[in-house]
Amino acid sequence: MSSYDVQQVRADFPVLQREVRDKPLVYLDSGATSQKPASVIDAERTYYEQHNAAVHRGAHQLSEEATDAFEAAREKVATFVGARPEDIVFTKNATESINLVAYGLSNASAPGALDGVPSEVAERLRIGAGDEIVVTEMEHHANLVPWQELCRRTGATLRWFPVTDGGELDLSDLDTLVNERTKVVAFSHVSNVVGTINPVAPLVAAARRVGAITVLDACQSVPHLPVSVTELGVDFMAFSGHKMLGPTGVGVLWGRAELLAALPPFITGGSMIEQVFMDHTTYAAPPQRFEAGSPNVAQAVGLGAAVDYLSKLGMDAVREHDKVLVQAALDGLAKRPWVRVLGPTDVEKRCGAVAFVVDGVHPHDVGQILDDSGIAVRTGHHCAWPLHRALKVPASTRASFAAYSTVEEVEAFLTALDRVPEVFGVEVA
Amino acid sequence: MDLYQQLILDHSKRPQHAGLREPFEGEAHHVNTTCGDEVTVRVHVDGDEVKDVSYDAQGCSISVASASILAEEVIGFSVEESLSTYEAMRAMLTSKGQDPGDEEVIGDGVALAGVAKYPARVKCALLPWAAYTDALVRAGVDISTVGGQR
Repeated sequence: MSSYDVQQVRADFPVLQREVRDKPLVYLDSGATSQKPASVIDAERTYYEQHNAAVHRGAHQLSEEATDAFEAAREKVATFVGARPEDIVFTKNATESINLVAYGLSNASAPGALDGVPSEVAERLRIGAGDEIVVTEMEHHANLVPWQELCRRTGATLRWFPVTDGGELDLSDLDTLVNERTKVVAFSHVSNVVGTINPVAPLVAAARRVGAITVLDACQSVPHLPVSVTELGVDFMAFSGHKMLGPTGVGVLWGRAELLAALPPFITGGSMIEQVFMDHTTYAAPPQRFEAGSPNVAQAVGLGAAVDYLSKLGMDAVREHDKVLVQAALDGLAKRPWVRVLGPTDVEKRCGAVAFVVDGVHPHDVGQILDDSGIAVRTGHHCAWPLHRALKVPASTRASFAAYSTVEEVEAFLTALDRVPEVFGVEVA
Repeated sequence: MDLYQQLILDHSKRPQHAGLREPFEGEAHHVNTTCGDEVTVRVHVDGDEVKDVSYDAQGCSISVASASILAEEVIGFSVEESLSTYEAMRAMLTSKGQDPGDEEVIGDGVALAGVAKYPARVKCALLPWAAYTDALVRAGVDISTVGGQR
């Protein structure tokens, strides 16, 4: 930890210098979106000031430079997650990344869509009535609704792993839920609400036994943990730029090469074609096949700078720092018996966020009291309504962290939280 | 902070006229999609009179207090008077703090004036009122005279 100087990190983030309601901003909503270091903001500005041009149209100098900047960003992102650049697709956000897979799979069922695809791969991509798609009760709506819709379009059945009262996946029926009918197993690496780090290995092993495709929502793990697609062994992985110190408007989909090569496109048009005739079109190889239209070049370049920034900090150090913050929050909340923390109590099993309820006080009201002290948290269902139902709470309050968060901020949050029972007349004993 | 007036806390802890009752001619269920707050409002209208407003409100103190104030301020009044009260509430809540509210018209509703400075919470306060006007429509009441809905 000695090498991790959080004050030096904070100095790189312009917004952290501002005040809210005449108090220093305490930003504990990084799980919703992270703040950006100056290097990310500068990378976007420099791109526009020096290199802006249409990419992949290399007829002039600027276009060459823009293409180089875009592809260099792809290489940085690939290296960051242990992938090959040609298997990295830039999307608008992680939601689009997941929809790209879900719509690609439904398009695979169209006549002729898998012509020329090796039969063992084609078999994995074809989904119809009688097939099953497995998700979890813990998912962000972004990794649930696209699968509900895929089931609706194809006649497949949606099944899911329940969540325990402790906010962990209940895998006791693993071999029943993942069976020979299962075509997709989609799950989050880390819960966006309760912060649980899910066990990827048993899910991947179960899916592999039956040939099911695994789709990992890594939005809340990539900003906090060292993540390597080769180590995880999943087939697809989605994450978003704006949660990992990068710009909004850029997300990532990584896919296993043989699956990406076979997957039909989701959005069609310019830039994703090989040859176009009046009656039909052949498509470019991945990743271009999945990047129709003018891409988000400046945002990708900004994401490249964010990856550089995180790499410089070192993801092992970022993880260690996160553990200190989560532990401080868990310890502080445990001293307040009127607060009920959701999710695991062991810091080794969680990262990034701590969600809780104050019985008798609605999370919106908790958040309002914190905001009055300049402390930004998220309140509500955090786009994970089924998870809240499973945990038998209508909504929750979530404090979430990033590489620039401090123990002092956690303490300020805890102190401000003590005003909640005061205002709403909750028994503190 | 001036948001949580004692009156609001009192209404949210002991909501007046709470619960769903019969008879009713119209019922509406509204949800605040950002936070999951839910309210179901039933109206019992006899001729031009609002005989009863009953409700089930699951949400923050602002939305529950607003439902309680709604019931207090419209039960026993004419439909037209209740719609004027709604208009006055809406004007105050969307005034960004410029309109302090008229106690003669909206009664305890003035305690919600502070909400207007918190744009994210205006929807909480308006939720039961939106459900109320919707329930009136479902009861077959013509509310076309309400501003903005003409």
